[in-house]
Amino acid sequence: MNLLVSSSKERERSTTRMSEEDESMAEQSDNGLGLDFILSLDDVPSKLPPHLELFRTRVLCNNDAPIHTDTIHYSGAYGALGVDNSQQFDRFRENFKVEVKRLTDSDMEFDMIGIDPAIANAFRRILISEVPTMAIERVYIANNTSVVQDEVLSHRLGLIPIRVDPRLFEYPDTAGDDNNEKNTIVFRLHERCQVGQPRITVKSDKLKWLPNGSELPSEDVKPNTSSKPKTFTSFTCSQNSLPEFSSNSLDLTDSDIILAKLGPGQEIELEAHAVKGIGRTHAKWSPVATAWYRMLPEVVLLEDFEDEQAEQLVNKCEPNVFDIEDIGKGKRRATVARPRNCTLCRECIRGGKEWEDRISLRRVKHHFIFSIESTGALPPEVLFTEAVKILEDKCERVITEFS
Amino acid sequence: MELGSNSDHSKSTFCLVDEDHTLANSVRFTLNQDPRVTFCGYSIPHPSFNRVNIRVQTTGDPASEVLKDGCLELMLMCKHIRSSFDDALTEFKRSKTN
Repeated sequence: MNLLVSSSKERERSTTRMSEEDESMAEQSDNGLGLDFILSLDDVPSKLPPHLELFRTRVLCNNDAPIHTDTIHYSGAYGALGVDNSQQFDRFRENFKVEVKRLTDSDMEFDMIGIDPAIANAFRRILISEVPTMAIERVYIANNTSVVQDEVLSHRLGLIPIRVDPRLFEYPDTAGDDNNEKNTIVFRLHERCQVGQPRITVKSDKLKWLPNGSELPSEDVKPNTSSKPKTFTSFTCSQNSLPEFSSNSLDLTDSDIILAKLGPGQEIELEAHAVKGIGRTHAKWSPVATAWYRMLPEVVLLEDFEDEQAEQLVNKCEPNVFDIEDIGKGKRRATVARPRNCTLCRECIRGGKEWEDRISLRRVKHHFIFSIESTGALPPEVLFTEAVKILEDKCERVITEFS
Repeated sequence: MELGSNSDHSKSTFCLVDEDHTLANSVRFTLNQDPRVTFCGYSIPHPSFNRVNIRVQTTGDPASEVLKDGCLELMLMCKHIRSSFDDALTEFKRSKTN
């Protein structure tokens, strides 16, 4: 370490001397004695020394607290060592990797390697609060004699996920109340429990889609007019006839969400209008149940654990990270078999110095295990692509704003 | 909106409306890795206002140009992330069907 400091100081001195004597430097570089020559010397490091590289790329999870948790962004952070910390796009392209680990209709898990937490967190934030979906926003209640109050019922309706591609719709018109086939989906619910019958449970499958728009008159119907009364929407055509919907039908993701229970003689009649929105306005528009990431765990045995101690170690670890292997001569040794399972419970390094000093629990700073659970409006892989696009749009907005 | 001096364009504060940590922290990350930047940080003056202030100080280049380059860099990264994600996805689907 002492040697390292002195060599970096020397280098600093030599560079300042060179900037003072620009001409002589030019001469020097002509003779192959310039900065390139200095950097090629054996005692000038071209990359970070191992201990600094460890602190740069790993979080060390000690028994008391994790250390080296920050990421070093500043381009000149290691300038004194002659190591360039500036991000080059080529370098990013070389190092960046994605590996899909699990993919189903509703959830996925993938590894993002070689990315900074700032960007990974931006995607997580966008997934939760800025990718749009459709959700019920207005409820017109014609009749509700159930025990569930109007506002509670409306709130429950709002939280129902709707399986429809929000990209087919426009945001509602904030200026007027022009609800047309391009920004509104109308559902109708009419349930009644007959007198003398047992109580019934109203579930979300009772919501029926009205492709022609609202059927409730928005003003008093005049008795003598033959024209159709005005309703709460003004659809110019049926949503059924739009090409987008002929291919993929509109549906609720879950048909068994309980909305209310009706006793004999009770009735609910309402119309629910779904519009496009984002999770920042209200969580009902959030397209994900959860979107989260964790850093890749790394478990290193600094010393060998043999025989009884190996067994102790395996038994200590609840998530089952370690295995025991035979190393011949009747001896057995502990190995790290499944580091991804590590939950960082730190049970293995509890129990005094002898454990703490022999196992190193780490997290890889630039390796993220990203999980997305979709509510059903869009498949999880599409959600991620949309989130990346939204971040791109944000950048583009800033660029145009300052040009 | 840009707030800076008329004589020295290398230091400016940029006020972005309708943005939050999502963009500001990402841009701060790309800008700090630019060798032309001497200082970059952001703040949200009040949680009730939906705006962020990004401060950029450079070694001499106009701060607005450097900010735009930072955004451009972020856009390129996003494009690359999207394409590698799509590649990984097709790769995964292919390995599943085989």
